[in-house]
Amino acid sequence: MVATTVAHAAPRPELRWGGDAEGGAPYVEADPADPSRVAGFDVEIAQLFATGLGRTPQFIQAGFTTIDASVARGDFDVALSGIEDSPARRARLAVTIPYYEFREVLTVRAADKGRFRTLADLRGRRVATLGATLAYDLLVEAQARDGIVPVTYEDDVHPYSDLALGRVDAVVLDQILARRGTRRNATLVNQDAPLAIGHYVGILAPGSTALRDRMNAILRDAMRDGRLEAILRKWDVWNEDQPRLYAHLLQDPSPNPIASSSLAPAGGPRPMGAWQGVRRYLPALLSATLVTVTLSCLSMALAVLLGMLIASGRVYGARPLRVVLTAWVELIRGTPLLLQLFVLYFGLAAFVQLPAFVAALLGLGLNYSAYESEIYRGALEAVPPGQLDAGRTLGLSERQILMLVRAPQAFRLALAPMTNDFVALFKDSSLVSVITVVELTKQTSIFAANIGSWVVPGAMCALLYLALSLPLARVARRIERRWQRPA
Amino acid sequence: MSVLAVEALDVRRGGRAIVSGCSFHAERGEIVAIMGPSGAGKTTILRALAGLDPIAAGRITVPRPVGMVFQFHHLFANMTAHKNVWLAPVHVLKRPLAEAERRASELLASLGVAERSAAMPHELSGGEAQRVAIARALALEPLVLLMDEPTASLDPERRGELAATLRRLADEGRTIVVATHDADFARACAHRVLNIGDGRIREGAARTKPLSE
Repeated sequence: MVATTVAHAAPRPELRWGGDAEGGAPYVEADPADPSRVAGFDVEIAQLFATGLGRTPQFIQAGFTTIDASVARGDFDVALSGIEDSPARRARLAVTIPYYEFREVLTVRAADKGRFRTLADLRGRRVATLGATLAYDLLVEAQARDGIVPVTYEDDVHPYSDLALGRVDAVVLDQILARRGTRRNATLVNQDAPLAIGHYVGILAPGSTALRDRMNAILRDAMRDGRLEAILRKWDVWNEDQPRLYAHLLQDPSPNPIASSSLAPAGGPRPMGAWQGVRRYLPALLSATLVTVTLSCLSMALAVLLGMLIASGRVYGARPLRVVLTAWVELIRGTPLLLQLFVLYFGLAAFVQLPAFVAALLGLGLNYSAYESEIYRGALEAVPPGQLDAGRTLGLSERQILMLVRAPQAFRLALAPMTNDFVALFKDSSLVSVITVVELTKQTSIFAANIGSWVVPGAMCALLYLALSLPLARVARRIERRWQRPA
Repeated sequence: MSVLAVEALDVRRGGRAIVSGCSFHAERGEIVAIMGPSGAGKTTILRALAGLDPIAAGRITVPRPVGMVFQFHHLFANMTAHKNVWLAPVHVLKRPLAEAERRASELLASLGVAERSAAMPHELSGGEAQRVAIARALALEPLVLLMDEPTASLDPERRGELAATLRRLADEGRTIVVATHDADFARACAHRVLNIGDGRIREGAARTKPLSE
């Protein structure tokens, strides 16, 4: 009888909410034993919404940098993941009232506490943060004003570990992340004076204003009756800023009674238009293009040089050398470039601290050298043995035969696949953004995040890549043609 | 007096005897033709003489460098006919480039292919490529010239020219060993014809033409 009732009861509708479990505690943290179970204050706020709406919360994992696009597409009803309020978000999405006010704080090495008190003290120095955040906007402003060098990371762990290692001189992030960072790195301290004030909000698809308004009512109720405070206290992020925020929000019942952050222009949010964005970001895109080109050319040069050495070793070397080189090539080809970049930059940091650009150059160069070496080895072995016999009967040494006869003929065979590889490397260079090198793709994603749309930045980025790769293909074809003709 | 001597030569490949108990000699200015069907071991003997393949037993006495003209010429595909000829003098004999280039031009002219100097190997006819290959072999001024199946890529008219060229080179004092299965050609140019079958040189090799002098 009971079972029948349950079976016939309409299932409670779901509240699908998105968050990034990579963000970790205290926001959204996956249970190591069961990654589909999550915990954190954002999880409990989602539960608060679900309860208020009479629904069952259903967590959907979403990447932090693409969470806006996911919620706009309707992948889930609301996103909660320490998401910052911003004019761009308000313009493109339905945004709840804030449920938390945070301070942006400056973290420095303890030894520098007296020296680096504000961003103005950091002229010419590298300051780290997460890309596409209020803190990043803060650093872009400080770049123009104080001459600091912003360095963006994809996660909030490595800014602090790199600060401890001396790769950067300061980190700017909100106080929750800063506290987590200083807890992990005993040599770091947080400066007291906040650099800016921001807020965490829930974001919904632009058409979901009715749901947003119901969520605002649920949040205000929870502020009034202490449930929100209980959640934040439980996760140890409650402080004296929150009662002030709540008082303000409870006094004014309008959907967005306060500025998104202390950086937002007075007189309400004025999001940047696409063309305004183009003008503002074009110089940065062009300099990022220069990074892409320089990195690609240098990496390819390294790959060609190492590839030739590896190929010669595999064709001419003694057996132990051949075995070692074969193993090396298989190791490099069999593991992802992304992993190699992480190992070079972060993994080796305890022994040797490579600058990001050098690590990127080495990573791309070493990776592609494995592929180049295979091309050259195949090409060397494709040179007819009669050519080598002819060289031997003339008394040329094996080395002379290689340099004068075999390698030049092999090079002609290798030219077409090499050109392909260079175009591939050129595009793969976008992967180095994970080790803080801001190249064209990374700069585009920052641009897109800041104006809240991929359309214009994506088109500009594609045009820049094409503008570079098309002439490159032409030059390569011309070299190929010339090489076919008599020398 | 023998310039070249082969005594009891054995050459094996993968455990199989290709040439066994082969002995012959050649004198200064002599053209010796090694005759035999395909697979009889002619090329193997020349490769052993040129030092390209290891020998299993026996003794080879030959003054180095030895000039070798391959059946398919094997001109270096990545350089002009001219450079094919001056490459070894510059890189092996360390001759000055200008001198080596001049000598290469002379050699190509003496073989009648001066006007093909700037051509790449793939642009040459079979006969032209062969003459460039001879020039390349002669550039090192070898006392002994080896030629493998030189008539394979020539029409009958060109064969006569080649025979004349070889006689001229022999008259200049070079010893020439020609591997061929072309009996007419062998008779036309060689002082002596050796027959080879099953990897053995057969006795009864008679001097077909007297050595000049």
